[in-house]
Amino acid sequence: MGTVSPYRRVVVTGVGVVAPGGVTRDQFWDTLTAGRTATRRITFFDASKFRSRVAAEADFDPVAAGLSAQEIRRADRYVQFGLAGAAEALAESGLELTEETLENTGVVMGSAVGGTMALEDEYVAVSNTGQEWLVDHTYGGPFLYQALIPSSLAGDIAHRYGTHGPSQVVSTGCTSGIDAIGYAFNLVQDGEADVIIAGASDSPISPVTVSSFDAIKATTPENDDPEHASRPFDATRKGFVMGEGGAVLILEELEHARARGAKVYCEVTGYASRSNGFHMTGLRPDGLEMAEAIRVSLAQGRTNPTDVDYICAHGSGTKQNDRHETAAFKRSLGDHAYRTPVSSIKSMIGHSLGAIGAIEMAACALTIDRGAIPPTANWSERDPECDLDYTPNTAREAKVDVALSVGSGFGGFQSAMVFSRLKEAA
Amino acid sequence: MTDARAVITGIGVIAPSGIGADEHWKSILDGGSRLSRISRFDPAGYPVTLAGEVPDFDADEFVNARLKVATDRWTWHGFAATQEALDDSGLDLSTLDPYDTAVALASSSGGNEFGQGELQALWSEPDGKVSVYQSIAWFYAASVGQISILHQLKGQCSVLVAEAAGGLDSFAQATRTIRRGTKMVLAGGTEGPLSPYALTCQLSSGRLSVGTDPERAYLPFDAAAAGYVMAEGGAVLVVEDLAHAKARGADIYGEVLGWAATHDGKASRPGYGGDAGQLARAMRVALRRAGRTASDVDVVFPDALGVPECDRVEAAAIREVLGDEVPVTTQKAQLGRMYQGGAAVDVTTALQAMRYDMLPATHGLTDVAPGAELNFVREPVARRTSTALVTARGFDGYNTALVVGRYEEETT
Repeated sequence: MGTVSPYRRVVVTGVGVVAPGGVTRDQFWDTLTAGRTATRRITFFDASKFRSRVAAEADFDPVAAGLSAQEIRRADRYVQFGLAGAAEALAESGLELTEETLENTGVVMGSAVGGTMALEDEYVAVSNTGQEWLVDHTYGGPFLYQALIPSSLAGDIAHRYGTHGPSQVVSTGCTSGIDAIGYAFNLVQDGEADVIIAGASDSPISPVTVSSFDAIKATTPENDDPEHASRPFDATRKGFVMGEGGAVLILEELEHARARGAKVYCEVTGYASRSNGFHMTGLRPDGLEMAEAIRVSLAQGRTNPTDVDYICAHGSGTKQNDRHETAAFKRSLGDHAYRTPVSSIKSMIGHSLGAIGAIEMAACALTIDRGAIPPTANWSERDPECDLDYTPNTAREAKVDVALSVGSGFGGFQSAMVFSRLKEAA
Repeated sequence: MTDARAVITGIGVIAPSGIGADEHWKSILDGGSRLSRISRFDPAGYPVTLAGEVPDFDADEFVNARLKVATDRWTWHGFAATQEALDDSGLDLSTLDPYDTAVALASSSGGNEFGQGELQALWSEPDGKVSVYQSIAWFYAASVGQISILHQLKGQCSVLVAEAAGGLDSFAQATRTIRRGTKMVLAGGTEGPLSPYALTCQLSSGRLSVGTDPERAYLPFDAAAAGYVMAEGGAVLVVEDLAHAKARGADIYGEVLGWAATHDGKASRPGYGGDAGQLARAMRVALRRAGRTASDVDVVFPDALGVPECDRVEAAAIREVLGDEVPVTTQKAQLGRMYQGGAAVDVTTALQAMRYDMLPATHGLTDVAPGAELNFVREPVARRTSTALVTARGFDGYNTALVVGRYEEETT
């Protein structure tokens, strides 16, 4: 019974990942399921003057990832992550990019801080290390405009494959990844595209970003033991550890995927975002708006809260975040929250700002497909306010049919997305 | 997806044409250039010295001291445009569930002036560091986050950054959001590209005009076209569920009827003006989704980049879809290019053309470039206007077309 949904169904048919600890989908999954941490002392620049000097850096080689010399010259690091992730996801999907397919294939990517890394490098040169307000434009590089506008991220992927469908970059801070995939989901639901190359990437490990989070004490000040610096949900957590990376999913209309016999990872069954209207960086402990986003995203797919098998948490490892989302899970799932495995992969690969939401959705797709729940690494001491099952330290084999992921971002944005094992129509 | 229809019930403009919808309309009918020598910094050392700046903008009129210190000028313009739009709409937000209200704005480069100041603080001294506000003022979502918090707009929010085209995409996203049950969404966007470093970044595109005469520097579709002049500001509009708007007796400017976005699948580069076929496809699909045909279109507001090869491609696409009789008008030469904000200002102008049944002129055009021939509106003309097509193109291949129409009461 019930009314027929007016929306087309959307499935995931390819996954590509660039992450710290492993720069392919399989290496990423190995890192997660081994519970291995990829956080380390910052090597990209001399971080000695900063409060937080640890990060999860990706050992990314753009040549090995198949990027052309021109792409490497033109594209900032976060765009390179996007290109590499898209290549891996498309290859896995088996999608043939015919002229007809290209017309109805779009690119929707998320990024929180875009070309910050290139912008800062170039700034140092044109300003003569900050000495000049009226910077010397003659020292600027040829691709500075591409660095200024984050639309380069989706643009460069569209150029590589010649896609002609709707393209967009979504930039809602640390929920950019979920929101970009959500935007793509809505476009396919509504028939605006049949296929979307959807994901997010960020490469924020540069002095200006490190200093920005130092200033508000959001990142951890503990630098002596980098491998154990990211401790989501642990009573001794001290803040997040910055990361970098990207993930790309191929979102496809269900019948389109079926017609070509594609492997389907899962169905996107719900997406919603709500804002807390409270503070750009602060979170009230009640988790009210995140709970509402979860409630709506479950309702869209007619998923009962008790059907949720796994929660891929935001789990940044700040005091306020982990308490806030624990409350949100209880508020939205009730007692079932206590029976649901939760984990934060940020414990292993850090918090790559806008990218992480897409990386976490990639983890959810792999969890459903491969039958294992990644753990929360570095968990040892229970926080009375964080009293759920956080899957401490060791991955678990489990059949997961419904995975919920959430994100929480500066600006007050709270987003939730649900991936479900594909159920054939009865 | 419901059958909900999305109408526009409030307009807030903060642009070189002035502050508020009325000043904007008066400026574009008057027709004088609003471009001038850059005053935000001394441009003497740069090849570009002109810009469109918002005249007589007093941030304190719109932004309280606590927020002012924590935000960039681009966000101040966002606060102001939002206030203007909400006031204009007559909407009492306290009567709405905060989850039924949202913000979906576009931005192509974030808080430039603020960000440059913080980069300087960090790099100019060995122990330099940024302020506590850098993490919330520079990034692209700053304006949407702040506006959401200030006005308690807690529904589905979006920040779209497809350079220039995103300003139209935001109206599409607002409408999608309304069709999913949200009652009111703020759409549009503002930009603040006027800092020395932001200018330096823009110079590398090779598309900025180095002209120094405000009347001649930016001449889209003209034989003398030689690039565009950047500008700050933009517009924020109230997009509202029709049933909600009618129930409260709102004054309706027009309806968002249809849209489409395509991509060239090729990078922008000197000599390549983009893919006329993809731009034409965006227009055709937008009209189809709007339930309109080419002959229904009363006026076109084009992207009007002012780069000769881009102008030719745009003119060819318009001719292909709509023929060469359709009136075309652009005020970009007069106001400058506000990127995402400019697309939102074009939507505003289109709605005002319908409201006043008057088409404003294309400023400055004297000698149409070969290949760019269209039926340009040369003088303001009184004309019944019910359907407008607005196009916007983003650097590196983004195309969006949006159809807005006069709201007609059903006669059942």
